[in-house]
Parts: sequence; C-alpha cells; structure tokens
Amino acid sequence: MSKLAPIRDAVMERLPQRHRAEQRFQAYGLTAITLAVLFLTLLVGSILTQSLAAFTAHRLTLPVTLERELVDPRGDGSEASLRRGSYNAALQAALRDQFPTVHGVGELRELFGIYSAINASRLLTDVVNNPDLVGQSVDFEFPISDDADRYLKGASVSERQIDMNASLSIEIAGNVARLEAQEAVLAPFADRLRQVMADRANRYAAAAEAALASARQTIDPDEREILEAEAQRAQMRVQQLNERLRPGADFLLGPREPSLLVRAGDTIVRLTSITSGGREATGEVLLADQAWSGSVTRWSFWEIETPAATRLITDRQMVFVRLLEERGLVRNAFNALLFTNADSREPELAGVRGALIGTILTMVITIFLAVPVGVGAAIYLEEFAPRNRLTRLIEVNINNLAAVPSIVFGLLGLAVFINAFGLPRSTPLLGGMVLALMTLPTVIISSRAALKAVPPSIREAALGVGASRTQAVFHHVLPLAMPGMLTGSIIGLAQALGETAPLLMIGMVAFVADAPNFGFTGFTDPSTVMPVQIFIWSTSAERAFEARTAAAILVLLVLMVLFNAVAIYLRRKYERRW
Amino acid sequence: MTAYEKLQAGASVRQETLYHPVEGSYTTKVATKNVTVHYGDKSALNGVSIEIPACTVTSFIGPSGCGKSTFLRSINRMNDTIDNARVSGSILIDGEEVNDRNVDPVVLRARVGMVFQKPNPFPKTIYENVAYGPRIHGLAADKDQLDAIVETSLRKAGLWDEVADRLDQPGTSLSGGQQQRLVIARAIAVNPEVILMDEPCSALDPIATARIEELIDELRENYTLIIVTHSMAQAARVSQMTAFFHLGSLVEYGPTEEIFTNPRDQRTQDYITGRFG
Ligand SMILES: Nc1ncnc2c1ncn2[C@@H]1O[C@H](COP(=O)(O)OP(=O)(O)OP(=O)(O)O)[C@@H](O)[C@H]1O
Ligand SMILES: [Mg+2]
Repeated sequence: MSKLAPIRDAVMERLPQRHRAEQRFQAYGLTAITLAVLFLTLLVGSILTQSLAAFTAHRLTLPVTLERELVDPRGDGSEASLRRGSYNAALQAALRDQFPTVHGVGELRELFGIYSAINASRLLTDVVNNPDLVGQSVDFEFPISDDADRYLKGASVSERQIDMNASLSIEIAGNVARLEAQEAVLAPFADRLRQVMADRANRYAAAAEAALASARQTIDPDEREILEAEAQRAQMRVQQLNERLRPGADFLLGPREPSLLVRAGDTIVRLTSITSGGREATGEVLLADQAWSGSVTRWSFWEIETPAATRLITDRQMVFVRLLEERGLVRNAFNALLFTNADSREPELAGVRGALIGTILTMVITIFLAVPVGVGAAIYLEEFAPRNRLTRLIEVNINNLAAVPSIVFGLLGLAVFINAFGLPRSTPLLGGMVLALMTLPTVIISSRAALKAVPPSIREAALGVGASRTQAVFHHVLPLAMPGMLTGSIIGLAQALGETAPLLMIGMVAFVADAPNFGFTGFTDPSTVMPVQIFIWSTSAERAFEARTAAAILVLLVLMVLFNAVAIYLRRKYERRW
Repeated sequence: MTAYEKLQAGASVRQETLYHPVEGSYTTKVATKNVTVHYGDKSALNGVSIEIPACTVTSFIGPSGCGKSTFLRSINRMNDTIDNARVSGSILIDGEEVNDRNVDPVVLRARVGMVFQKPNPFPKTIYENVAYGPRIHGLAADKDQLDAIVETSLRKAGLWDEVADRLDQPGTSLSGGQQQRLVIARAIAVNPEVILMDEPCSALDPIATARIEELIDELRENYTLIIVTHSMAQAARVSQMTAFFHLGSLVEYGPTEEIFTNPRDQRTQDYITGRFG
C-alpha cells in the first residue's frame, strides 16, 4: 500500500493534463466536422440556387397555320416534299400575326430573335409524322430564347412600370412619335436621369483630377504621358455629359442611359429626347397600336433601368415578350427539355440527356472491365501468386499506377486505342476503356487490402478440413472480403464517374447534338459524359448556360448519390452474410 | 479415384491396423524421420523422428515455443500455407510419403483432420460449419445424410444439446468453449483417419474439458489422435503415448505411464514436475 501511494499520486498529477488533451482533441474534431458541414451546405446551397433557373423555362404557344404552299412545296404531300417545307416561315408568320404592325427588316429581325429557328425542326417532325396537319392550324409550343427567358425571370434586367393618370397626346408619324402632356409629367424622370448623368460626370471629373495629380508626381515621362492621356479622355467625357446636361437644352436619351418607355395600350414609344420643361418629348415607336386614337389619359411609364448597351435583349424584344406574356401565350413551366434534349448551341434547347446516356454507357463498360479484371488480379496476386521478384515488381507498378495523373490515361487511350487499334473516338466504348484503365489500380489495391484483412485463421480452417485453395478463397475468403472490395471498387468507379481530363484527350469533349442510342449500338455512337458536359457548358459564353451548368452538376450529384446508394445496398446485402 | 473413394479405401485400411490390446502390439500410423522445419532462417524444429501408433492417443507436451504446433502442422502439410516455412525430412502416413509430389494436400487433409490452437469457426451458420467439409468432399448423397452427419458430429463433440435449436445462427456467436467444440465437430465430420488437436481444451471449463476428454477416448476406437496439451494431468488421463519436446527437438517419447513415472531424461523430469516451462 505504501509503495502504491506515490504511483497513484503520479497518476493523479497527470490526470487533468490527460483530460485536457482529450477535450482539446474533441474540440478539434468538432470544429473540423462543423466546418465540413458548413462548406457542404454552402456548396449544395449555391448549386441549388444557381440551378433553379434552369429547371423552369418560358415557353411560347402560338397558333401556327401550316399553309400548304409553305410546308408542302411540291404539293403532293409526300414525305420528301414535306421535308423541304419552310416551317420556320410558318412560325414567323404566326408570330407576325401577333404583331401585325411590325414591318421592316430590322424590326422583324428583332421579332424573330425571341426564339431559335431550330424549333421549326420539331414542327417538321410533327408534320412528317402526321401529314394530315398540312393546311390546318395547330397550337405549337416552343421555348423562347434564353435572353428573353432570363428577362422574363427578372434575372437580367431591372425595370418598373408606373401607371399615370394625366392627359397625354401622342402623334405618330412613321417611326417617330411626338408626345405632349398638359403637365410636366416627364420632368421627374428627366431630372432623375439628369442626376444620374451628373453623378457620372462628377466621377469622370474626379478620375481626371486623380490622373493629373499622379502625372505631376511621376518622373517617368512615358507613364506621365499615359496618365495625361487618361485625364484628357475623362475630361472629354465630362464635357460631353455637361453638354447634354446644359440647362434649357433638350434632354437626350441614348443607349447608355436607362430606357424610358411610354405605353398607352399597345402603343409603345421609347423616348429619345425630353424638352427642358418636361412637357414634351419625341421618341421612337417600338410598337404601334392599329386602333390608335391620338390622345389618352391612362397610360404608363415603363422605365428600364438597365441601359440597352448592357443587356442582350433590345427594348423592342422586351416589348414583344412582355406583351406575349400578357396575352397568355408565354408561360413559365418545368423545363423538360433539360432532360429530353441532348446538347445544343442554344441554351434554351440544351439538355443533359446525351451526356446522361453517355455516362451510363461509359460506366457500364468501365464496370464490366475494371471490376472483374481488378478483382481477379487482386485475388490472384493476394491468394495464389508466388512471392517473388516478379510479383513484387508488379505490385510496385500497380501502386504507382494509382498515383498517375488521370490525363495520362487519356493520352494512353489516344495512342493505343485510337491510333493503334483504330477504335472510334468520342464513344462510350473508348471512354469506358480509358476509365477502366484508370480505375483498375484502385480496384486492385483496395481489393487486395480487403483480402488481406480476412484473418488467416479462416483460410487455415478451410484448408484444414480439406478444401482446395480455390475453394478456401471462393467459399470463405471472398465473401468476407466482398464488402471491402465493393467499397474500394465503388470509390474507384465514383472517381471515374466524375472524371473529365482523360476523356478530353479521346475526343469526348466534341459537341454532340444527338443523344447516343440507349442500347447496344450506343456504345459506338459519338457522345459525351456528364462531367465533360459540365465542363463544356461552364466555358460557354451565354449567361443561361450558367444555370444549366449548375443543373448538370446537380444531376451528376444525384447520379453519384444513386450510385453510392446501390453500393451501400450491395454492401449491406453481403455483410448480412458476414 | 475420387476423394470419397480414397477415404473409403482409407477406412478399410484402418480396420486392419487396429490396436489389438490382447496382443499388445501397435500398428504404426504416422512415422516421421528427421523432420526439420525452418521459418525463414530460423529453425523451429530439428530432426524429429517419431512413430505414432494407430488408434491411440498421443500427446505432445513441452514448454511454449518448443515447436509442438509446428510439428503438428507438418503432418497435414499446413505449413505449406506459410510462405517462409520450409519442411525437410520424411513424414509417412500408412507408409505413404506425405510430402510426395503425387500427394494432393486436399486428400491428405481430408484424411488428417486438424483442430487449431485458436478456435476458428467459419463466419457462417453452425450447420454450415460442420457441413462444409462433408459437402466439399461429397460425403453425403443428399440433404438427409448431411443432416445426419452434422448431428452425429455435433453429438460426438458434445455440442448438440446446446445448439440443436439454433443451427442457423452464426458459429462465431458461440462462446469460446462452444466454438472449440464446434471446430472439433467440424474436424470429425469429414471422418478423418488421424485427428490433430492443438490444445483443444485451452478455452474450456473443467466440465467441457471432461466431455472433450471423453470424446477423445471414444474417438480412439476408430481414429488416431495426436493432441498438444499444456496440462500434464490431461496428457496422463487421455493419452497412451507421450512425446516431450524441448527447443525444437524431441527429447523423450514413450508410453505415457513410463514418461510420467520413470522419465529417462532430466529435462523431461524437470518439466513434468513443474520445475521449468
Ligand atoms: N509463422 C511463423 N513464422 C516464424 N516463426 C514462427 C512461426 N510460427 C512459429 N514460429 C516460431 O517457431 C517456434 C515454434 O513455434 P510453435 O508454434 O510450434 O510453438 P508451440 O510449441 O506450439 O508453442 P505454444 O505451446 O506456445 O503453442 C517458435 O519459436 C515460434 O516463434
Ligand atoms: Mg502451439
């Protein structure tokens, strides 16, 4: 007892320290997990919010009259003839019916710019499938252009409408309108815009001053020259702005200023100049009402704060889609095209179907190559191969292969599969083979680890009752190693599922407008895969592809989750057999 | 000749080589000459020569690490599975060289069953554990026969009463002692001629030990048993022959009575009187 006491003291002395160490470690762990959850939430949250816009789209439904002379040029109703029809002309005619006063090449081009002519090809298919439609009027539904869609979603343009109740006369002569109000109703808008322009002028002036000040300080003559030129440019802008802001002068509105639209019924005018009194103005007629009376008391201002120069949709196009929406012809609905279409240059028509099928076909090849070969190699190396120099060499090589950058496997595929074997490029078959090569080392290593983890006593037990080595492995070792092997294989395959780089090398980055056949022949159809599709879209210029990129990422994530769910299910199933 | 036929043939041989107590003569079942085992560079067994009679119980005793398990494993070539183990010398079973190229280790291990030092049931059902051997050797023609083999084996191992109503539960869910009896049942289910038992009672309570010892005594009628044990009392109780190993060598071998009452070697004397080991 007396001997034990000092030992116990030593233990007690160290005890608080040990507790503190434990608490510290727990705090680290908790922090790490909190951070991880936080980042995951942020990631998924941002993808979700960004992708939302891609899951709905504005669709236009037009009554289209399929005139025989348009869609059946030979007049015999044969398929060959129907295929030569100008379906887009039919669509254009239907759209012109909505806005009968629109004429002139420029205005019509703006009108036809709110949808993509590619949509006409679906009309062609409809008619070819059902020639009875010729001569009839059908309701044809198709997506409007991505820019118009983004505008209607309020994503690209900020605007407001202000209803007015004041007497206003509008005189229309050709393209030009003269407006005159009894009160200075236009003044507040002009003043506000003036203020905006004055602010801009002040900013330029300050910039000019700053540039001049730096120019005075610098000793480098070249730099001074540059700075002075900059100051001069800014001063010129100030002068120009001040010229336009001169008191008493008409206030002119250009494409760099917000657009001021006056709307009276279906007559819409964009103001180009406002007199200093704010009572009179001139403007460009964007849309004329057929039954125009000349004078109104109920009208509205439509102020588009985003200047025309900084948006991809013109004032007139905005008028068109807004009016079509008001007439109930444009509806925002679930964007099924995202899942039923393959890639397209037009964002509103682009979908993930091609990439999704490509991914599935590619993964089928990868799974059927990598898993049997990898597991077989692992079983042989771990259970049967003699331990000698050769097997050690192979082992080291496999371990190193797992660390090789994936793009190298793409190069290998390019050199061997395409150039030497002549396999068709850009196909799921080839992609699957390259990804299988990439996945093999992971599968082999994890399978070997799983086999190693099976206690040797199990093998001894089997051999002890007279099982052959093969029987011992397949009856006892393999079932025990199966969950581990599955986990490893799934990790490898999930990696392959998200791989981009090697597939770029074998041409799977090509633009493929047709989804591969979801069947046997699909393996040799040109196609792309989800991660590459994401890559392609993320590098596209159109803003609408941003949302589609996020949506595609979401689809890929769902695919991964599904994949892992299957894996977990399989693992559970095998684990139940312990 | 299928494994089953060989076993059948083996069984008939066994009947002829039975111990005849009346005549007091033994037929040699296992004979080794100069068996040496190396693990890598390290020698674990040097030049063991022994003749083990049929239908008797022979116990191997000796201090820990002296090579008892190693020797036991050489007899059914379990050392083949250890990468760095090398076995030399000659081991004959019924006059047949075990290490011969023509001998299939599968057939050998069906004839020479083994119970390992640590109980190692398969992570499968109790039924599967016992049925596995008979099944792979084709010893049962149908399910009923297999059921019968399983039941007899479990009965012989003294486990039937405890597991009869839960044959479909995992063998690994049994207690340590039950597991040990399960692996004994598994070994005897294949109906081997020789059974090697490496400390079969190390995890058992006295009651279970007594039952196993009873079993060993019963098995002696038809089988040749070699057991490794650390219990002098057990060796004295169950075995007719005893071999004492020390530092990889066979020091003394003879009828159990003689070894325990009149050891010739000082080391044996010291060991059985508990002076070392
Ligand atoms: N797989 C192995 N690799 C290397 N050395 C081994 C191996 N197995 C046993 N040995 C060595 O061989 C010697 C004999 O071991 P063995 O297992 O035969 O002893 P034992 O007599 O059965 O001991 P115990 O009574 O403790 O079971 C020991 O020194 C041991 O360290
Ligand atoms: Mg041992």
